[in-house]
Parts: sequence; structure tokens; C-alpha cells
Amino acid sequence: MGASSTLLMVSHGHCLLCLLFSVVRFIYIKTFNSFDSFRIKSLPSLPSLSLSPSLVLMDRRFPFKVLEHIFSFVDSNEDRNSVSLVCKSWFETERRTRKRVFVGNCYAVSPLKVARRFPKMRSLTLKGKPHFADYNLVPDGWGGYAWPWIEAMAARRPFLEEIRLKRMVVTDECLEKIAASFRDFKTLVLTSCEGFSTDGIAAIASTCRKLRDLELRECIVDDLGGDWLSYFPETSTSLVSLDFSCLDSEVKLSDLERLLSRSPNLKSLKLNRSVTLDVLESLLRRAPQLVELGTGSFSDELDPEEIAKLTKALSELKQLKSLSGLWDLLPEYIPLLYSLCPRLTSLNLSYATVQMPDLIDLLSRCSKLQKLWVMDLIEDKGLKTVALCCKELRELRVFPSGADLDETDVTLTEQGLVSVSEGCPKLESVLYFCVQFTNAALVSIAKNRPNFRCFRLCVMEPFAPDYRTQQPLDEGFKAIVERCKDLRRLSVSGLLTDKAFEYIGVHAKKLRMLSIAFAGDSDLMLHHLLSGCQSLKKLEIRDCPFGDTALLENAAKLETMRSLWMSSCFVSFGACKQLSQKMPRLNVEVIDEHPPKTRPDSSPVERIYIYRTVAGPRLDTPEFVWTIHKSPEVGVSRLSIR
Amino acid sequence: HTSFNFSSSSSSLSLSLSLSLSHRKGFTVFSKSLYASTVTPHSSYLRMSESVAAEHDYIGLSMEAAQMSDNKTKTRDNNNNKNDDVLNFKATELRLGLPGSESPERVDQRFLSLKSSCPVSGAKRVFSDAINGSTKWVFSPGSATDVKDIKPAVPVKEKKSSAAAAPPASKAQVVGWPPIRSFRKNTMASSQSQKQGGSDNNNSETEGEAKSGAEPCLYVKVSMEGAPYLRKIDLKTYKSYVELSSALEEMFSCFTIGQFGSHGGCGRDGLNESRLTDLLRGSEYFVTYEDKDSDWMLVGDVPWEMFICSCKKLRIMKSFEAIGLAPRVMEKCRSRN
Repeated sequence: MGASSTLLMVSHGHCLLCLLFSVVRFIYIKTFNSFDSFRIKSLPSLPSLSLSPSLVLMDRRFPFKVLEHIFSFVDSNEDRNSVSLVCKSWFETERRTRKRVFVGNCYAVSPLKVARRFPKMRSLTLKGKPHFADYNLVPDGWGGYAWPWIEAMAARRPFLEEIRLKRMVVTDECLEKIAASFRDFKTLVLTSCEGFSTDGIAAIASTCRKLRDLELRECIVDDLGGDWLSYFPETSTSLVSLDFSCLDSEVKLSDLERLLSRSPNLKSLKLNRSVTLDVLESLLRRAPQLVELGTGSFSDELDPEEIAKLTKALSELKQLKSLSGLWDLLPEYIPLLYSLCPRLTSLNLSYATVQMPDLIDLLSRCSKLQKLWVMDLIEDKGLKTVALCCKELRELRVFPSGADLDETDVTLTEQGLVSVSEGCPKLESVLYFCVQFTNAALVSIAKNRPNFRCFRLCVMEPFAPDYRTQQPLDEGFKAIVERCKDLRRLSVSGLLTDKAFEYIGVHAKKLRMLSIAFAGDSDLMLHHLLSGCQSLKKLEIRDCPFGDTALLENAAKLETMRSLWMSSCFVSFGACKQLSQKMPRLNVEVIDEHPPKTRPDSSPVERIYIYRTVAGPRLDTPEFVWTIHKSPEVGVSRLSIR
Repeated sequence: HTSFNFSSSSSSLSLSLSLSLSHRKGFTVFSKSLYASTVTPHSSYLRMSESVAAEHDYIGLSMEAAQMSDNKTKTRDNNNNKNDDVLNFKATELRLGLPGSESPERVDQRFLSLKSSCPVSGAKRVFSDAINGSTKWVFSPGSATDVKDIKPAVPVKEKKSSAAAAPPASKAQVVGWPPIRSFRKNTMASSQSQKQGGSDNNNSETEGEAKSGAEPCLYVKVSMEGAPYLRKIDLKTYKSYVELSSALEEMFSCFTIGQFGSHGGCGRDGLNESRLTDLLRGSEYFVTYEDKDSDWMLVGDVPWEMFICSCKKLRIMKSFEAIGLAPRVMEKCRSRN
């Protein structure tokens, strides 16, 4: 009965496919809504579905090949995680077919387990340090070492092709290991990583014959010189994307020119600041097929002939969609960019200290712009122009140009964001730094743009109320979370009371990441959040006046989240201990750079970082990090390799 | 693996200060990594021995770093304004005469042996001091408090209003607020000061700064042989070599203590010298820098303003074989003897 009927079913493959898909979706929606990264858990028994028994029987007897084929259409890791929880055979099939592995917290699971689970892994993405490490809130040496992962993969998964790391410590040895172990290595993307030098990059360049992407995004690199570029072998022609914008030292022009000449597939090139404007023309001439360009410094004195040549070279970039770099951009060179503007979908002016009139000149020509990063020099007037001209805008980031709060003498107010929200119907992601804000503005923004997915407002003055009414910004953020049903990421600031968080807890059902600073009155705030936001995955809080009660009451919630960061809040050591006891699969880490001599239960802790894990306490904690031990008498432990 | 005990009073002082000041902003303290002295051909060999230690050395480094930066904060707070040495181009002139007969300032700058900041008298020669063992690059906790005359440093971006004024130490800067990535902060800081350089009247001789398109020579990385990670410093916060030397002294003090404690340093397997020679050589630290032409030069040869314009990177060398400055340095030492 089994084989022939199965074959029969497969021959009517289409409807079966749909049926199976609906099964997958049904299970996903009903039961496993809250997972993001994969977890190895005890598998539940097959949930009772309201389907015909014959279909259920068929699940059990479906041959591996069929399942495999069907799963090949399941792309997103979230769906795959859900699929793998249905039953053992689905788990097995799914794990054998997963090619892209994403681990949101490198300490949540051990590298060995991941390597063993996914034999066909081709791409690995890892994230290490908590997000607040970007703002110097995590002391150096905290962790996030890539080495154990690289080592494990090198030994077991030599066919790995892509590695993407974010906020991890990568050493030259890691890079050399990558170069030596993965024969078909194609893609290395390091974002906000540190710990390596240009020698490691040279190793990658010289050894990875099939290297396609080498991207260093905002990394801290020990820059020993520009020689690394010459290590690309003369025979390598496979490069598709190269980003070395975070490096300081000069690379040899001839090396770069030769590399560009022999890389016909190069689509994305991001130069560093030391590449001067006078050489840009010769580089562009050799790479007219570029889709993304990050220029070097844009401020040299050029004579008219050079300017003409550069203008021509820029206009030859017929496929260019994304422009960045533009360091020290001089206003007189803005006209050179005019030829690119009509096709641009992404423009990063966040390092270009250009004033508003020039920005208006430029932006009014960019009708197809979807992503704009700019400094607050654009002012309200500039944003109004953006609202008029850039109707396709999806993402806007406005960074502060002044070094300190009291140095901003630009007229960028909440009005700028209001105009953009009015004028740009597709706007869904915003990062906005502003000195003050009003509730009214937030309400109109929410009304105009209910399709926000990411809303990050940074009112730079801590505890700043609505400057017209002197009220807290509760009502404003209430409007945002009420109207923007799809909100995934939110950063709040300004003066906020517990009420704001009550609103967030009630309304922000799809919120996954929330960042809070200098807000709230009491434990109620945290309680609202943890009991309310169903999809919350990452919560990071600094300088807020609460801690223990809410944390302990909502301890179970923490296991459904990836991580919780709290710094400079009123969390006591005793609460950490209790939490750790209560929740065996959480690592409760205390970060204390100035630890007290004794730790009574009531003593406050500087920072805590709590994350779910199946790997137990980590073994590489530095001196200032303590993992709270699970058994109460021990208190804290620092397990480490000596 | 040794641990250090800076005096508890200093650390408690620094505790209260560091909590309210943004002591992190100017530094980029690299976490534990396997930096080898990649300059030497034996580098891979060195790296191997370090890599074995890698797993074990995660502990304690950042504590030191935290302590170091605390002490740095502290000393930057206990500051008095120092009278700046006036350097002029005459100092670069070649002169005949014995090394010992030169002016005090010149000697002091030439070999930045990083003793405490009292000026060296003309007759005193650095290398002979090393032999006598009196000049060691070991920084007792006391020396940290001696360094009171470091110019108050604003480890962060340049202010538009005041170029050389005292930093607003009274203004409580909150760490990590506003939430801007340090990469962006550093980039903006260096480009702002570049713009400032044109309008600044203080350093009239620094054409390098006023030039647009010149490389901003402000944040430079300081690496030290044998140290597991780098530091980053803002050269603009120092007004003379003496200040710089004291600052470097502080920053890297813990490494030297550790090295001497553990018998001549880590990773020195390649050198088969006797312990005494090691000490002799090891106690003499040479600060070198990489200039715009990517040449490695000894710090102290050029006037300060020229130096900060052309310096891209600093490196503290312990042994002089390392970079090929060897012949030159050896000759200098020999000529002094």
C-alpha cells in the first residue's frame, strides 16, 4: 500500500504539495509562533490536527526524498525551525537539508552540536556580543570569540562556503584557519568585528581561490599596511564584492587597478578613506559594471581636466544603484554626482559634512531613492525636499553631526520626520536622532505611516519631555505602537513613565527588539513589557530604575527570548541568584568591572546579560564576568579554561 | 599569569571618577587576540606559541585594561597644566658633537626611553642608565601618581569651540550616550579636527593639518611587542614628547611587569640570549612610529608638530632586531658607549 500509493500521490504532486504546505503553515501558526533561532528540545509528539487520518498516516510513511524535495522550498530559517519540531522524521529530513544556518547568539549552543546537526551546511551566520557593545557598554574582553566555531567547522564541515560574523572577536588565526580549511570558501562578511589584522585578510585573499565576497564593515582592524591587497593572486577573477572601508592605510593603486581589471564580476566596491579623489577616475574606468560604490575621500583639489574625466567616469556607471563613502565631500564636487542620482536607490551621506542647500541640490534629483542615510545637517527643510522628491523612500537614518548635545546648531526638529512620514508612503524604517520631540509629532507620524517596521527615535537629551507641553512622551509612543501593527523593532527615548510601557506591552504584539534608556518609574515597566509583548526576542535596557520583582515574576518569559541586557538598573545580586536557580536554561551573567569585596544579596550589580542557552555556562568568561551558578550555595562561578 | 595590584586607594578613586566620565571614548582597547609581531619573518612561529596560550589568557586582560584606563582617567584628572616645550625646526638640524653634549630636551626626545617625566640632563645617557639598571621600563604604582603634568586630555572628539582648552571634565558624560557607534564617532572626530586645523592659530607650523585631503594624524594605534592587544591614542591631546612618553608608560605598564615577572617575557622563544642580556636589552624600550611614507622611524627625531603630522602608527619595540631599525639603533648605542 505504502509505496505505490505514495507514488500515486506524488504524481498528483501539485495539490499534495499545497496540502503539505498548509500542514506546515498550520502547525507553524498554531503552535510555534514564538521561535526564532533553532532550539534542540525534546520533540513533541505529533500534534492532533483536524485533518483526515489518511493524511496523518501518509506523513509517517512519506519517504525521505519527498520530504526533502518539499523542504527545499522552505527558505526562511524560522519556518525551518518550526518544520523541524513537527516530528522526528521531519527533524531529520530538515536538518539534513539545511544549507544556511543562523545562530543569533553564539553562546546559545555549542559549535560542535551545530556542526553535527547540519551536515550540508554551506553558510554560517553568527552574532556574538550584545547590541549595546556598539556603544561601549560592554567592556573589552567580554567574549564572542569566533575561534571555537571556526575550529569546529573546519574539522567537520569543510564544504562551508560562507561565514558571516557580527560583533565577534576574530583573530588572524581564525582567518588563516578559514583560508586553510574551506576549499570552496566564497564569502566572508565581518560586521563590527575586531581582533584581527590585515595579515589575516591577506591570508584570505591569497588562499581562497574562489573568493567572491570580502566585506569588512566597521571592523576594528590592526592595520599593518595596505599590502594585503597585493595578495590576491593574479589568477583570481571571481571577486564580486570588496569592502575595506574601515581600514586606514593606503593600498597601492596599481594593485587595486589590476584587481579591478581582472574582476569582471565585481559588483560592489567600497574603498577606504585613504583612496584619494584623483585616483578614483582610473579605478572607475576599470569597473564600469559596479552596482555599489563606496568612494574614498572626496576632497582633493582637482584641476578642471581631472574633474571632467571624473565626471565622465561617473556617468559611465550605468548600473550603479548604491553610493556611499563620500568622506569630506566638498560642495563643489556635488555636481559630479548628478549623473548618478536618477538611478540611485541607496545613498549614504552620513560621513559627508555637506550643508543643507547642497544636500537639497543632490537629493532633489534622486527620485528612485529607497535608502537614505544622512546627517542632521539636512535640517527640516532638506527633509521636506526628500518628502517631495523621494517617493520611493523606505529607510531613513539621520545621524547627529555635532560632537555633543550642546553643539547641535542645526535646525533639525521633529518636523523633519513628520514631513517625511507624510510624503513617503513606503517608509518603513527610521533611525532619527533629534534633540527634542513632541507627542503631537509622534501621533501624526503614526497616523501618516502605520507601516513602520522599525522605529528608532533617539531624543538625545535624557529625560526630555515633550517640549511644548512638558508631558512625558507616553502618548506619542502609544500612538506608534497602536497604529503600527507590524512594528518589529523599537527604540524609545525621552521622558517616559510606566504608562508608555503598558501601551507597548498591550499593543506591540509583533515587536521583537526593544531598546530603552533612561525611562520608566518602577518595576511595573518591565513587568508590562515581559508580560505583554508576545514576540519579544531582544530587550536591552540601560539606566532605568527597576529590576528584581519584575524580573523574577516574568522569569519564564526570558526563555522565550534570545537575550536580555540590563545595565545601571536596580537589579540586586540576590535576584540574579534566584533567577538563575529558577531557570536552568538561562545563563545569567553579571558584568562587574569594579566588583565589591563581598556580595550580599542586596548589593546591586552593574550589568546583567541573560540569555537562553542549551550549552550551559560558557567557559571563556573574563575576570569581570560571572555566571551565576545554578546551585544557590555557590553563588557565582567563573568557569574557565586555565 | 600574573595579576597586578595597583594601590587600592587609586583604584577606588578611579572607581568614582570612571563611573561618571566617559573614559572609554578615546580608547580602543583591543580584546584578547593573537597579535604576533607580524613584522618579523619568525612571526608565524611566535604566533603559534601564543595561540596555544590563547584559550588560557582570556581571563584578566580586560580587567587590566579596565584598571589601566581607570588609572589613565585618574591621572588625566589630577592634572596641572604643563608648560609646553617649545620646539622649533632648529631641533632637526644635524649637529656635530658627542651625543652626550646635546641639550637636555634633545636627548630626552631622541630615545624615548619612557622614564618618569623629569628631564634628562645632558650628560646622562640613556643606554648607560639601562646598563646600570636604573632605567627600567617598569612602572611601579607610584609612577602613575607621579605623572601629574599630563595635559588634560579630551579623549573624545574635538570641540568646535575650543581647540586647546581644558576638557569639560565637570560635564558628566554618559558612557554610550547618545548611542552612536564608536566607528562613526572616531571618523567624525578626525574629520572635524581636520576642518579645525585650517582655522586653528595654535599650530602655525603644521601645514599638514590645514591641507585638505591630508591624512588626519590624530588617532594612532600604539602597539607593543609582546602585548596581546593595541591601544589607540589621540596625539592631539599631547603637546610634547614627554607627555606622550608618560602616557605610553602608563598604558603599557602592566605588560612589562608581567614580562619581567615571568622570566623575560612571553614568546621570546626565538632569542637564545642569556637572561642578563635580555634584561639589558629588554629594559630599553624604543618607541618607533610609522610615518606617511610608511617608513619606521625612531620617535624623537623631529619636532613635535612635525611628528604628529606625519605619524600614522606607534610601536614600542623591545628588541631592536625587529624592524630593521636595528643597524641604526645599534650604531647609536655603540657610539654612545
